Amino acid sequence: MNVSGHMLSTLDKKLLRDLWRIKGQALAVILVIAAGIALQVMSHGMMRSLEETMRAYYERYRFADIYAPVKRAPAHVVSEIQALDGVSDAIGRITGGGLIELPEAETPVSAKIVSFDPDTFSPINGIYLAEGRMIDPTRRNEILLLRPFAEAHGLSPGDEISITVYGARYRFKISGLALSPEFVYAIPPGAFVSDPASYAIVWASNEAIEAAFDLDGAFNEFLLATARGANSQALIDELDRLLAPYGAIGAFSRADQTSNRYLVEELAQLNTMGRVMTPIFLGVAVFLMNIVITRLVETERDQIGIMKAFGYANHEVGAHYLKFVIVIALAGAVVGWGGGLWLGKLIAGIYQTYFHFPFLVFVAEFGTFAIALAVSGAAAALGAIAAVRSAIALSPAVAMRPPAPPKFARGRGFSGRIFNSVDQLSRMIFRRLAHQPFRAALTTFGIGAAMSLSVMMRFNVNATDYMLDVSFNIVDRSDIFVSFIEPLSQEAVFELGHIEGVTLVEPVRSSPVLFLNKRITQLGAITALSEQPVLNRVVDENLLPVTIRGEGIVLSRQLADLLAAPVGEMIRVELRDGRRPVLDVPVVGVVEALVGTPAYMPIDALNRRLKEPLRISGAYLKADPLKRASVYRELKSFPEIAGVSLQREAYKNFEKVIDEGPGTFRYIMTVFSIVIAVGVVYNSARIGFIERSHDLASLRVMGFTKTEAGYVLLGEIIALVIFALPIGSVLGFLIWSYLAGALSTELYQIPVIYREDGLGYAAMIVLLAATAASAYIQRDINRLDLVSALKTKE
Amino acid sequence: MGELNGPGTARNGGQEQRPIFQTTGLTKTYGSGAAAVHALRGVELEIPEGELVVLLGPSGSGKSTLLNILGGIDRASGGEAYFKGNELTAMKERALTAYRRRHVGFVFQFYNLMPSLTAAENVELVAEIAPDPMQAFDALKLVELEARADHFPAELSGGEQQRVAIARAIAKKPTVLFCDEPTGALDSETGVTVLKALQTLNEELGATTLIITHAAATGAIADRVIHFADGRIREVVKNAVKASASDISW
Ligand SMILES: Nc1ncnc2c1ncn2[C@@H]1O[C@H](COP(=O)(O)OP(=O)(O)OP(=O)(O)O)[C@@H](O)[C@H]1O
Ligand SMILES: [Mg+2]
Repeated sequence: MNVSGHMLSTLDKKLLRDLWRIKGQALAVILVIAAGIALQVMSHGMMRSLEETMRAYYERYRFADIYAPVKRAPAHVVSEIQALDGVSDAIGRITGGGLIELPEAETPVSAKIVSFDPDTFSPINGIYLAEGRMIDPTRRNEILLLRPFAEAHGLSPGDEISITVYGARYRFKISGLALSPEFVYAIPPGAFVSDPASYAIVWASNEAIEAAFDLDGAFNEFLLATARGANSQALIDELDRLLAPYGAIGAFSRADQTSNRYLVEELAQLNTMGRVMTPIFLGVAVFLMNIVITRLVETERDQIGIMKAFGYANHEVGAHYLKFVIVIALAGAVVGWGGGLWLGKLIAGIYQTYFHFPFLVFVAEFGTFAIALAVSGAAAALGAIAAVRSAIALSPAVAMRPPAPPKFARGRGFSGRIFNSVDQLSRMIFRRLAHQPFRAALTTFGIGAAMSLSVMMRFNVNATDYMLDVSFNIVDRSDIFVSFIEPLSQEAVFELGHIEGVTLVEPVRSSPVLFLNKRITQLGAITALSEQPVLNRVVDENLLPVTIRGEGIVLSRQLADLLAAPVGEMIRVELRDGRRPVLDVPVVGVVEALVGTPAYMPIDALNRRLKEPLRISGAYLKADPLKRASVYRELKSFPEIAGVSLQREAYKNFEKVIDEGPGTFRYIMTVFSIVIAVGVVYNSARIGFIERSHDLASLRVMGFTKTEAGYVLLGEIIALVIFALPIGSVLGFLIWSYLAGALSTELYQIPVIYREDGLGYAAMIVLLAATAASAYIQRDINRLDLVSALKTKE
Repeated sequence: MGELNGPGTARNGGQEQRPIFQTTGLTKTYGSGAAAVHALRGVELEIPEGELVVLLGPSGSGKSTLLNILGGIDRASGGEAYFKGNELTAMKERALTAYRRRHVGFVFQFYNLMPSLTAAENVELVAEIAPDPMQAFDALKLVELEARADHFPAELSGGEQQRVAIARAIAKKPTVLFCDEPTGALDSETGVTVLKALQTLNEELGATTLIITHAAATGAIADRVIHFADGRIREVVKNAVKASASDISW
């Protein structure tokens, strides 16, 4: 039979009418598919954009392959490095800390000062000049400033700022604003998150700063570009040997460079998010598609029978139902792709405030649309295949026979004494559930899956709150942290303690080290604390303070794992400052840490082992809230200070990142999870309504009220939703446990914490969705046309 | 909820008592303009309480439409319909539901049983919302189905299902019983059993009964036969003698 050739075949008209009839359900499926696709397009597109931008930026601006910091090395060492095997180029530079005085900031702002040679083309770590002009090599007072920092403080080329280095104050003129591949993510050591306003990068010529750092004719850092195919690790080992006499702190590759590391981990997280979430969304979409199309075919048995009886071929019947699927899949792909692009641009804008690229365009490759279409089509087809096949398989005679009667039979389901006291309407609910347990289970599972997304999102929020709470209220309870340019003596503690308004001073010594266990090495830092710290504590997994005592070392779980060093193991610790001593210490404890891979020792024990008097690299302070302003003022006049960070500010920054920054992702996900919950519940309720509108109309004719009729249908939905709550809770917890592990990195450990309120919140969303869907369906029940419902058989 | 007990509720009173249903100029139009379908074109009708009335007429003449309006599940476009002096055509949705709940029993061509409830439960379903219902068992006994009380609809024959539907309709002791082609899906023999049940019930319970049918022979069992054509009553025939359902066939 040739149905083509006309403008629109009769079957196609039927298709359009049927689509219109099930528009609510079709829309729910489309939205769920679209959510999955949007997520995929956004996360994948964002990842590709970041990756591509990063790659191009690194390449064009010659991002260093290896960093080799030292204490002080004469300039001629550069040529020795250049001569090493596998090195294609090398430069030396001076870097160090400084403090910028800004009239509006109550504390001095930390800056990293980096030297470069404005005369020549820098072969490594080029600078992108965003505004203004390059430094005039003949002027010693000119600098370049990191653009986001300048923007945060309203500084522009031509302005002057003063920078304090080793207690001496220098006045500089900003000649231009710049960006660099090594400061895409600019974060001061020890901070949780980047805050453009609180960390500056300053570029100056060697001549301008060598005196300030007492490095005339010398460098304290070498940057290397490696030749293609060079063995980085061998080169690093060689560099460490070569630079040992100059106080090598430990060379590291690009992979360990701070900014790059954050960037790479962000990419990994985006990838994980997309990889884990997209299948869940599409799985739910498959499920919805399945129930919608299955039901459609079921209600159209007789129509299928008639079509076949009149000579329509199997493939024509199959194609008719497949078109349904195609229309829905196409709509899902278009909406999802468009939504994904829109969200991608939104997220790209947000990323740009945290990751400083000269440009970051969300690239919408057309290929992603093809993928979206394929994925959407696959999801829809997967959901519909069984139903379409059963439509084809129906023999015309079978199909035209009265609709397969719901075969309720005695001895099944609910009967017996207890059941006798139950009214007939409730019996109808129970019997239906018991009669089609598989179907009920499927719906319950679908609702559970929808809920699990909300559970997961809430656990995610809980985890961040927990990190914030633990970090700022339990671990670090200080008001101010000051770090020194170089380790100072006990004297500093007294001096700080004497500042009017400072009520408590807790010294800490943090040293860069190389950990060695058997053949494993790991660069890191050791934090030496007083035995009973009050302001900055180490806590175990139960958040109880851990006492760091004895001669041993306490490792964070991640570090212990990296070094394969359980409690009792002897490990070697090579300090990279002072006289660079080497210690062999036993691991006496392992603690959970949320941020980084710390290691702890008692400060006295460390000094004893180093045969040094007490040396401290920083101190945690508690200050009288009323005298804080004067405390900050006093601190500004301490020449040895490298940085002052206010815990209150750090906390605010963290929150801001969560609420406005990349954390926005979570809100998008939350919205999506609500869409899914509503979609699944509505669809289930709506299908229940269509299936039973005949029964409901009969009830109404018999004199049952709208509410009573509603009870029969909605009671069933509510029962299913209630069964779904525990399933959603468990599923959500499992997904989150997996996701938290997958999202955890060496930089952050995302805790899997269980809180009832997460479940309560998700249950609320599902129940609200159920209520909204029920209200909507009740409206359909109220509008039931009693006469027409009784005219037909089903 | 409005109580619909006007004067003259007595079931078996004098000969020409006040009619239980009365309509004046009742019309029903579907659609409008050129495409309008006039299902009822001004029906003037009086049905005395307690009678068994048969409605005959060609397909599409408006029988079901009239029955549905009198049963409170459809609305007229014009004219008035009264039930015991209460104007059905003026009632709100809520009052109509209460009317059906309290006074009306329905039997349809397609039985309309709840598939998930047993025969007895289907009957109890209605009994539960009636003020003075029969025992489900007794209602089933009246239609001679007490032995199948625990069976689900899927386990009953068409005629048996229809008799369950009748038991369900009468269990609440309705004031009026509406049957739209109750034998339409049944063979003649089974149809007779069903009609017998309806006739017995009309006599024993005194419920005014309206039966729509295409089998003209059925008219013989009625007190009154209303002939319908083209949306109007063409003729009303009163039977001096009623035949027994077991004596007819079609
Ligand atoms: N929803 C509707 N829309 C339009 N016209 C309708 C509708 N319902 C019924 N009609 C028309 O109203 C007229 C009367 O219909 P009704 O169902 O009352 O007929 P009937 O006498 O019961 O017929 P039958 O013996 O075939 O059941 C018919 O012409 C029918 O086409
Ligand atoms: Mg009819």
